[in-house]
Amino acid sequence: MAAQSEALSARDLVARRLQGGGSDWRSWVLEGALLLSLLVAIGILFVLVSDVLMKAFPVLVERPLDFLTSTVSARAERAGIIQAIIGSVTITLIVAALAIPIGVGAAIYLEEYARDSRLSRFIRTNIRNLAGVPAIVYGLLGLAVFSTALGLGSVLLAGGLTLAVLVLPIVVITTSEALIAVPTSIREAAFGVGATRWETIRSHVLPYAAPGIFTGTILSLGRAFGETAPLLMVGAIAGTFSFVGAPWEQLGEGYTTLPTIVYHWAGYPQAEFRALGAAAIVVLLGVILLVNATAIVLRNRYDRKW
Amino acid sequence: MGAMSTTDEAEQIAPAAAGGPPMTFDGDQVVFELDDLSCYYGDFRAVREISLQVPKNKITALIGPSGCGKSTLLRSFNRMNDLVDTAHITGSVRYHGVDLYADGVDPVEVRRRIGMVFQKPNPFPKSIYDNVAFGPRIAGYRGNMDELVEQSLRRAAIWDEVKDKLKSPGTALSGGQQQRLCIARAIAVEPDVILMDEPCSALDPIATLKIEELMRELRENYTIVIVTHNMQQAARASNFTAFLTMGEDRAGYLVEMAATEELFTRPANRITEDYITGRFG
Repeated sequence: MAAQSEALSARDLVARRLQGGGSDWRSWVLEGALLLSLLVAIGILFVLVSDVLMKAFPVLVERPLDFLTSTVSARAERAGIIQAIIGSVTITLIVAALAIPIGVGAAIYLEEYARDSRLSRFIRTNIRNLAGVPAIVYGLLGLAVFSTALGLGSVLLAGGLTLAVLVLPIVVITTSEALIAVPTSIREAAFGVGATRWETIRSHVLPYAAPGIFTGTILSLGRAFGETAPLLMVGAIAGTFSFVGAPWEQLGEGYTTLPTIVYHWAGYPQAEFRALGAAAIVVLLGVILLVNATAIVLRNRYDRKW
Repeated sequence: MGAMSTTDEAEQIAPAAAGGPPMTFDGDQVVFELDDLSCYYGDFRAVREISLQVPKNKITALIGPSGCGKSTLLRSFNRMNDLVDTAHITGSVRYHGVDLYADGVDPVEVRRRIGMVFQKPNPFPKSIYDNVAFGPRIAGYRGNMDELVEQSLRRAAIWDEVKDKLKSPGTALSGGQQQRLCIARAIAVEPDVILMDEPCSALDPIATLKIEELMRELRENYTIVIVTHNMQQAARASNFTAFLTMGEDRAGYLVEMAATEELFTRPANRITEDYITGRFG
């Protein structure tokens, strides 16, 4: 009898312990704080986007096609962003053509060929530092080297080269990280059947690292697409100009880009220009969202489960 | 094909060796000859002054406690250690009389002749077919690839299990199947030697037995060197056994090498006896 009541009380005790978790107020507070920070972040984004959309609304509704295909103009009702679109796209293409091959190549050399020496560690560290250098410093560099020393002047090519240099360290770092993530066992397997270093890299290491490399490089192109400050240093025009041509015809010409034109229009006192600026922001955001979505789709497609 | 017959063969070709090191074989039977080999990682000496011979078409097991340098030693046989920046050796590894570490020796060619199977099955994240075909392809194989793939998979005793799914990924196979696929991949380049670095340590007992059976069949055509920390496996599957242990300098050294039966029944050295009877390690 006594044993039975003891057993019962033990069961009660266990039941009470198992069920009595309701007074853990600390975790409630923490959870609430975390939720609040999420709401603040989303809220700010929501306010920004809706503010931009509302300001851009008249332009986007009244003359969407005209806005996309017109040149910059001092008269708000005629102004458009075709030159900015061409400028931004061309600059991004220049960046892609230069920064991706050089950056991926540099990363392959650093991770696959270079011996682990003091020099290679020094270079690695400094590439990381370069990625943290403020964009305006790259603008000064572009002005000094491309515009002045090389004598290119304030042209589209100088802008493209400057941004290529700006995103180069980012491409190197993301590619390096993708390469480091390839298991050593894959490399050993290839070397074990008599593959050369390059055969190993080409057939196994690069395909394995491809999703990471794709994602990193595409995101860095998004960064180049949205960059403003350095382009102001190397002559992105923030005024009115009439030249419109195919991208290759523009390389040696004055240019503007979406972010620079936004910056430009935001400085005008008239509400009409601020509406134009907002509409340009919508286009810019749309393109960047598209670029990021492409990165995600590509990553998912190539990211097979090994 | 049991322990008895392997011992007979061992005694036929190496009568002089009974009793203890150094164990030598007739000149044309020697595949590897290590002379005073030490392996270093930077300043650390992982393997110290090993001299031994590995005979042709036999299974030679390297046993010893964890960390005694067995894998490092094995990887010096096909210059796999070259992949580690800080690794270097002193002494020599001769393969059919050629010093593998001499100037002008191409490590790629070395690894083509001296294949390797690793501790953890590491099939390429590609189809079963491509796993096997990769080696021959880069070696410039001109014959019928389908036949070569089939023949390699047959020799690795996995053909029947995969013949209907050659296009499916090698990584989708079970661990034991993956390891046999890796063996098929290794023999597809028609090597002379297969090095196995604890090939069964990640496998269950049944898969392990299959691999051991396979090793005995492969011995007909290949020289096999296997690292194992499973003494039963060495006793079951090998013709000769080299026992290594770690010295006070933490470098692995060779205690003795003998015919497997000999080493496990009449070890010449007290340390070997302690190890195989389970008193340490």
